[in-house]
This record gives sequence, C-alpha cells and structure tokens, in this order.
Amino acid sequence: MNNRYLPLLALIGLLLWPGIVRADIQYIDLTNPFLRKIPIAVPVFKALTPNGNEQELAAPISDQVVEMLNFTGYFKSLDRIGFLYDPRSGGITRTELNFGNWTTVGAELLVTGGVSVLGETLELELRLFDTFKAEMMVGKRYRGVIGDQRKMVRRFCSEVIQVLTGHPGVFDSRIAFVSTVAGNKEIFACDFDGTNVRQITRNSSISNFPHWSSDGRYLAYTSFKEGPSRIVIRNLQNDAETTLNYKGVQIKPSWVPHRFEMAATLSFTGDQEIYLLTGDGKMIKRVTNHAGINVEPTWSPDGKMMAFVSNRAGTPQIFVLEIESQRMHRLTYQGRYNTQPSWSPKGDRIAYSSMDDGRFNINVIDIDGNDPIRLTHNQGDNEAPSWSPDGSLIVFSSTRTGRSQLHVMTAFGTDQRRLLVMDGEQSHPNWSPNIPQ
Amino acid sequence: MKSKNWLALALAMVLAVTFLTVSCAKKAVEAEPAPAPAPTVTTPTDAERQAAEAAERARLEEERLRAEAAAAQAAKAAFVNENVHFDFDSSALTPRAQQVLRAKAEYLRANSALRVVIEGHCDERGTAAYNMALGERRADSAKAFLVNLGIAENRIGTISYGEERPIDPRSNEEAWAKNRRAQFVIR
Repeated sequence: MNNRYLPLLALIGLLLWPGIVRADIQYIDLTNPFLRKIPIAVPVFKALTPNGNEQELAAPISDQVVEMLNFTGYFKSLDRIGFLYDPRSGGITRTELNFGNWTTVGAELLVTGGVSVLGETLELELRLFDTFKAEMMVGKRYRGVIGDQRKMVRRFCSEVIQVLTGHPGVFDSRIAFVSTVAGNKEIFACDFDGTNVRQITRNSSISNFPHWSSDGRYLAYTSFKEGPSRIVIRNLQNDAETTLNYKGVQIKPSWVPHRFEMAATLSFTGDQEIYLLTGDGKMIKRVTNHAGINVEPTWSPDGKMMAFVSNRAGTPQIFVLEIESQRMHRLTYQGRYNTQPSWSPKGDRIAYSSMDDGRFNINVIDIDGNDPIRLTHNQGDNEAPSWSPDGSLIVFSSTRTGRSQLHVMTAFGTDQRRLLVMDGEQSHPNWSPNIPQ
Repeated sequence: MKSKNWLALALAMVLAVTFLTVSCAKKAVEAEPAPAPAPTVTTPTDAERQAAEAAERARLEEERLRAEAAAAQAAKAAFVNENVHFDFDSSALTPRAQQVLRAKAEYLRANSALRVVIEGHCDERGTAAYNMALGERRADSAKAFLVNLGIAENRIGTISYGEERPIDPRSNEEAWAKNRRAQFVIR
C-alpha cells in the first residue's frame, strides 16, 4: 500500500501566490453549509507543455476536481457549456483572467489549472479564485509522476475546503464496510468517495462491524471465524491480527478517540455488558452495569462520554454515560427501537437508526436528547450511520435500490446518493479519520 | 460270591433281551407304514419349524429394532428439527416454547451421553449488533430452562448467530417467526 505512493514523496506542493483570505468573510456558513450551494466554475485545464499526453490528461483531471468538490455538498458546479471563456485558449492566472466573464455566468468561485508533462513527471498548477473580489484564494503547484494526479487533486481540494471552512474536509479518509461480494461477509475499505475498493479480510466466515482507530492504523471488527463471535484487532500496517479471548459473545468494538483503547460488549458474566479494553484486548474495566443487553458503544470526541444501546427500559434505546461521574441519561424516547448510535466528530450530535412501522430510518439528535430529526424518508431501510471526520457527511446503508448498498448524505440529510456500485450487499460502513498518506 | 454275580448278570441279560424284544415288536407294529426313513423325515420337519420360528422371531426382532430405530430417529429428528420460537425483541419462553423444551429435556434424559449446542437466532428486522446479544439471551434462556429441569449444565453449550443465519430468507411475518429461534445441534 505504501509502495504505491512512494513516488509521491517527491511530490511538492508550492504556494504560487500568497492568497489573501480575510477572516471576516465567511464563504461557507457552517450552521447549515448545505442551505445555499456556492456556484463554482471549473473549466477544463490547460496544457502548459507540448510534450505528450498533457492534453488528454487535462480533461479527466479537471473532471476529478469537479467530482471531489461536488462530493462535499458545498458547491453547485456550473455547466461548462455556458462559459463565456475557455482558459485553454488564454491564461489561467489572476492577471490573465477577466473575472467579469465568470461573475456574468453566476460563478462565485473559479478553479483554473495547468498541466505539464516532462517524461514521466507530471506537474499540476491549480488555483482557486473569488470571482467577485478578483482574488486568488489558493494557488498550488504539485509535482509527481503520471498516475499521481488523483492524489494531487485530493490535496488541492483539501486546501480549497480548508480555506472555505477552516477544516481540511474528508479527502484523506477511507470508509470500511461489510460486503457479501465474495460470498461471505468480509470487510472491505474504499476511499472517501467510494473509489479504490480493497478487500481487507479473507476469513471465509461472517465478519462484521469494522471500526477504525483514530490514527487509522488499526481496524477492529467482529468475526465468526473461530466459531462464536470474536473481536479481532487488525494492524493495517503489517496485517497482523489479535483475537480476543473472553467467554461468551463479543460484539462491535469501538475505539476511544486518540487512545489505544476500545469499548466492546462481552458476556462472560452472563449479561451483555460494555467493557473498556486496551487496544490489544486486555481488560481495563467494566463500563455498564445492568442486567440485560448493553451494546454499540460510541465515544464523544473527547473520550469522556459514551453513548450505547440498552434494553433496560424494555425496548432498545440509546443512553449517554459520563464515564468519570457515572452520570447517565436516556437519549431517545420516540419509537420502540433506536439503535446504532454514532457520535459526531464535532461532538454536538448523535446519529442513529430508528425503527418506525417496521422500517429503519436515520435520525440525528442533540446530546441532551432534544430535537430528533429524521434524515431519510420512505426509501427502504436505512441503517448504520457513520460520520465523516469533519462531521459534514454521513455514510449509511440503504435498501432503496432493492438491496443493501452504501449511500452518503450531508449531515442535514440533503444530497443523498449512492457511494459505490458493487455486487452483493454492502452494510455497516465506518468512516475513518483523515489519515495523511 | 463269584458264581452269585454271574447268576445275576445272566438274569439281567435275559430280562434285557426280553424287554428289547417286546419293545421292538411294539415299535415294529406302530412303525409299520413308515419304516426306516421315518425318523429322518420327522427330524427335518422339527428343524424347519424351529428355523421358521427363529426366522419369525428374528423378523419380529428386526421389525422391533427397526421401529425402535425409526422412533429413535424420529425422536432425534424432532429433537434437532423442532425449534424453540420467540416473540419479536424477546428472549422470554412462551408456553409453547416451554412445551418444546420439556420434550427436549426428556430426550436428553433418555440419551444421557448426548451433548448439545443451542444456537440463538433472530429475524432480520432488528439491527445486527443488538441481535447478536438478543440471540445469546435466547440460547441462554433455553439452556437455563433445561438446567432447571435437571439436565447437567456441562452438556449444553450456547452460541449466538444474531440475524446472520436465517432458515427462511424471505422478508415476511411467517419467515421472521421461523427465524426467531433457539436451534438445537448435537455435538
């Protein structure tokens, strides 16, 4: 995996121009960034060298920028047919551009790009402009080998989102999930946008509930490969696995943010209780203490609180426990089946699955249990929400296409679309933190 | 002394000869129509009758064994195939479930060497992790019932498959009811 990116060590991102970004200008309103999408123009990039296939590379690379920026849900990318000006026939820098051409077609942001090829070396220079202010906001030059363009585009998009929101976005994250494409349920992972799918486990058994550690180095999951369900901790750097050894059932591990510790359900006492374990499965302490079912721990970003599902109220409902004080409150009251809580990386909300009329839908609720909002409606069963590392998107499984497949939506439920097309059924997605590569 | 013995011996011989002559005469009269082969005929008839009887006994025994085996097979099949069913999101034993478990206990008592694993299963409607726990609770409540009926605890193992192994893959009430089960597997 690392070898593939070795040439990229030579990749250099250069600031082309000191962009002037004023703090008082808020491009993306983070209280609901999806309410108004920013119109953005990304004309086809310009070949800057006459050496080879830069012309053929330019169009797909500019499309890749459009797709990645669209994925965030923040933008409305304008149709190139309406553009008054084609930078391929002119310049791509601030002084060469006439921003009136872009404000006229409604673009508030403009991305221009230049592609240079020298032997195996590929160089991209990419710029983001505020068309109304006629200012460059991001200017970067990336150098690598041909084939590295996706990585360069990803870096540029991270810069764009950083400038517009103050956060790096989701472009360095991956999504682990369960798929039956190989016959049995095995764990797979793909890039944030559903590309670059790889099979992680080959257990020829049922493997379920993948969960990334916050440094992205470990993936914990539940597997039946040894008979009863066992929690397996996989080191993604050397593929070494540790299988936990506790009597009874072992269910759905959840890493504590920024620590080599996890919570998981074990039943060696006879009841399914949640325990805090070290990252290699040694007992630290018992966390829940109630006869009955206690499953699906999920941590607040500071690791001080844990939400989980318990049937102590008669039906499966979500509870929030403050670990140190042991103070606990029930989070969900609407409906008779609320499970699969997922704590937002921003800390303020919890997404979960709620069954109503025999159908599952994704809801979000604030930490005090106020304002539950349903995000999916009348489209099959929608389950297993997991937040993107910046808290702006939610990946989930849905049967709206007739079989369980992965879908993505914004944190406000807008822009629902399928993440990837794959044979078999896909379920239990877990979005990784940004893992710098 | 010696002459007295001889006399007795001679007398005995005479008597014996007389007896033999008499009996031979009687027998000759009775056995006149069927002479020499007679004994060889009656003896096989006896053997045949005995053989037939033996065969009949064997057949009956075989039939009994077959019936017994069939009954055992049926009892085993019932033991293995009859599942203990549960209500949605519940691991409580219904009266019907208890009835099924009593029959299981009887079978386990009659087959004291038998060891079993109780698999706990759920329908597809809940969510997977919760159902892993629920499946275990179903297997555990079936086991606890049997232990209360006197079956040794170490003869019964449990495992939960949650909603991963439905016996009816359809998505309707009938399938769901079938899939919410504790299933017995002989080790």
